Amino acid sequence: MTDAVITDVPRSVSDARAAGRFLLIASTVLLCVWVLVPIYLLIVNTLSSPAEVTGFPKTGIPSFDFGSVQFFLSFAGVARALWNSVLVAVLTMVLSIGLGAPAGYALSRFDFPGKEAFRLLVVMTRAFPLPLLALPLAVMFIRVGLDDTALGLAIVHTVLAIPFAVLITFSLFSGIPIELEEAAWTLGCNRWQAFRKVVLPLVLPGIAASAVFAFTISWNEVFAAAVMTIENRTLTAFLIQSLNVSPLHLKFAGGAALVIPALIFIFAVRKYLFAMWGIANR
Amino acid sequence: MAEIVIKNVAKSFGSFKALHSIDLTISDQEFMVLLGASGCGKTTLLRIVAGLETPTQGEVWIGGRRVDHLPPRERGIAMVFQNYAVFPHLTVFENIAFGLRMKKLPQAEIDGRVTRTAELMHIEQLLKRYSGQLSGGQRQRVAVARALAMEPDVILMDEPLSNLDALLRLEMRAELKGVLAASKTTTIYVTHDQVEAMSLADRISVMNQGRIVQAATPVEVYRNPAARFVGSFIGNPPMNFIPATREGEGRWNVAGITVEGPDAGRERLDFAIRPEDVDIAPGGLKATARVVEPLGAHTLVTTEVNGAMFRAVLDSDIRVSPGDELSLVPKPDRVRWFDPETTAAV
Amino acid sequence: MTPRFLPYALLLPATLFLLVFFLYPFVQIAVLAFSGPEGFTLQHVQTMTSHWKFGTALTNTIVLAAIVVPIQLVMALSMASIVTKLKTGRSAILYIFTIPLGLSDLAAGIIWLAIFEQSGFLNSVLYGLGIIEQPILFLGYQNIWVIFLAVILAEVWRATAIVMVILVSGMGLIPREYYEAAEVFGASPWKRFVKITLPMLRPSLQSALILRTLAAFEVFAVVVALGGTTLPVLMGETFQWQFALQDRNVASAYALVILAISIASTLFFLRVLRVPKEARI
Repeated sequence: MTDAVITDVPRSVSDARAAGRFLLIASTVLLCVWVLVPIYLLIVNTLSSPAEVTGFPKTGIPSFDFGSVQFFLSFAGVARALWNSVLVAVLTMVLSIGLGAPAGYALSRFDFPGKEAFRLLVVMTRAFPLPLLALPLAVMFIRVGLDDTALGLAIVHTVLAIPFAVLITFSLFSGIPIELEEAAWTLGCNRWQAFRKVVLPLVLPGIAASAVFAFTISWNEVFAAAVMTIENRTLTAFLIQSLNVSPLHLKFAGGAALVIPALIFIFAVRKYLFAMWGIANR
Repeated sequence: MAEIVIKNVAKSFGSFKALHSIDLTISDQEFMVLLGASGCGKTTLLRIVAGLETPTQGEVWIGGRRVDHLPPRERGIAMVFQNYAVFPHLTVFENIAFGLRMKKLPQAEIDGRVTRTAELMHIEQLLKRYSGQLSGGQRQRVAVARALAMEPDVILMDEPLSNLDALLRLEMRAELKGVLAASKTTTIYVTHDQVEAMSLADRISVMNQGRIVQAATPVEVYRNPAARFVGSFIGNPPMNFIPATREGEGRWNVAGITVEGPDAGRERLDFAIRPEDVDIAPGGLKATARVVEPLGAHTLVTTEVNGAMFRAVLDSDIRVSPGDELSLVPKPDRVRWFDPETTAAV
Repeated sequence: MTPRFLPYALLLPATLFLLVFFLYPFVQIAVLAFSGPEGFTLQHVQTMTSHWKFGTALTNTIVLAAIVVPIQLVMALSMASIVTKLKTGRSAILYIFTIPLGLSDLAAGIIWLAIFEQSGFLNSVLYGLGIIEQPILFLGYQNIWVIFLAVILAEVWRATAIVMVILVSGMGLIPREYYEAAEVFGASPWKRFVKITLPMLRPSLQSALILRTLAAFEVFAVVVALGGTTLPVLMGETFQWQFALQDRNVASAYALVILAISIASTLFFLRVLRVPKEARI
């Protein structure tokens, strides 16, 4: 009798624990399937011949026919659109880090009147639907000759990316103890030398991650790209404008061309993702 | 030769006055400790000497040269930081060589100096490691070696031992004293730990609320506090204070007994005595024991005299229990007097 | 050591950039929306509101946001809780969960198009199971609710990740001791979630909700990819007026509507989920 009680209680506890464990694993698997299967299906379509893409019913297994990919790559305007996407994204990356990192450094190292006003300006950008900037900027750029240029679009994308660049670099610089810089000053460095020899090597990986993040923001942006470019369309602009006229296999290959670099980027910066958003929150 | 002269230095952060007009001279090769509770301004004063903080007013002279307008790198100083500030992306060797490379010394000279200081600090086997692979004590040693390798006129230390555990702190304290004495540099050392201050310093500057209250040798600071604050800050347990009223020419009434004292033309003074400077004998202060804490060699007895707390450190052979009535006689030559209004020693 | 102008010199480029390319253009939107050949006019606003698609676009946009955002919040909270409970493979699972974060909304639309189009995978599965005789045209104008559903699925699929990332990093800021203390006082896992996690997560919830609601109002490429112009939404109409109909003024009027509901919802969340400064971790 006592034996039964003693063995019984732990068993019910361990049963409950096992059930909880099962539930946890089951829901994890389910969520992974939910995230991964749609991407898998896109890849299947991309790696099938045009006939298979429009065929029915589908097997869900890729035939590794590169017909769709070839068709996409040789389609008029695609190569140029890919090039433009890269160009705009690189410009965005350079602009947002170039403008944002000094601001992030200033915010992390100095106390000065006007600091809060600048923070407010940066935080404010998040309350605005930024792609809409494309409308007035399109008008403004016609006047200065920046319309339909990579630089013009990169400027709009930089507005999207700069708040992140400022906040991320701010937290990166804040993570470097000021004593390291001070130690460098007492060891014979001026401000710039201390920055270059001590701070820069330490923040470089983080800066690279936020640059990749800026690149991804630009790479993925659709609305402004579609509004601002006509001749020099980016890949997203090209795809959205040809959606209703292009065949299915072109859409899917184009989708894959958008997705695959983004997957690589996210993988590259995954370590920083949470740190970035942890601060971007404040 | 590096005498440090601080003239009339003050510092405000907004409306907060961190330092009020500090005057202090530290002679060549002297070991000066700035001692005080946190927020007393000691670190601010050190950083002003280092050039990391700009004084609101006043002058700083090092080795006969006015330096308060110069950046840290032109002051001939080296500094050891509280969290060591060992560069995480450089090896121990490159950390120690950092300042030497900035001076553009020839490689042979750099190698020589790094090896020498590393041996001095017993870290020669760590030269290839990174700061992440070092313990706190080892990082500390790297930071000191990095400062010594500069062969500076002045070494500034900001609570260098406060992040170490108790045993290591004791060991490093003795070692630092030896190394710094041998290096013949002038040292300013900031700490909140009075034992550390006592054991290291040639002179201690006791600071409180942005002012230097007393600058004197450790024994002088302990025996003859210049102000009531020093007596209550230094010594563990601190000094006892009892208000006294004048009975007549040089005679004062202290909680019912008569004690000889100065005659400063005042009606009231504060009587002060260190806890270890009382004996149990008849005719002393009437004290009721409240808490008895045996500490080994001594027993700390917290008593009540005239309704106020009074601590006595007695020989542990003396048996005392809470509630006992004691008669505590102060040693006459150890009695000190303070002005209750100005708090200065009389 | 610190020249007083240095911080300002460092901030100047970013400030100028934001003033010229962010604040000024938003003023320009208002100017474009309200100016005609003879100065101030409400004509563009009237053109917008009297167009038959305006009402549907506005309703669709708001209803979409009202459905998508709560689903995402609940899903992200469960995902974040799962991730914090995992012992092995945590970083791998975390990476998988965050994948959609890096994808463009256009890509998400195309991905779900592969599932919902007539020869797509959904029809293939239904056909394979013998439920249907021949493929159904899901994304036609006869089945607007299916387009709606597909858009919701695609949006939930794509943008839950960002909410989860914000919440996971917010949860990382909550000290463990609070949970241990609550457990000692006898709080069940659910009680701990409700009494500790949710209240302490308020700042993260706030920024996640603001971010996602605004993005939901900007929904565009997913809708175009899945439904073309069959399902009108505000951003799509803005694009139509700007691009197809070449009327910048009406497009700007649309932009103002999006701006207005964005600011209104931001203020709403700021107010509802306000955390007093003294109550922060």
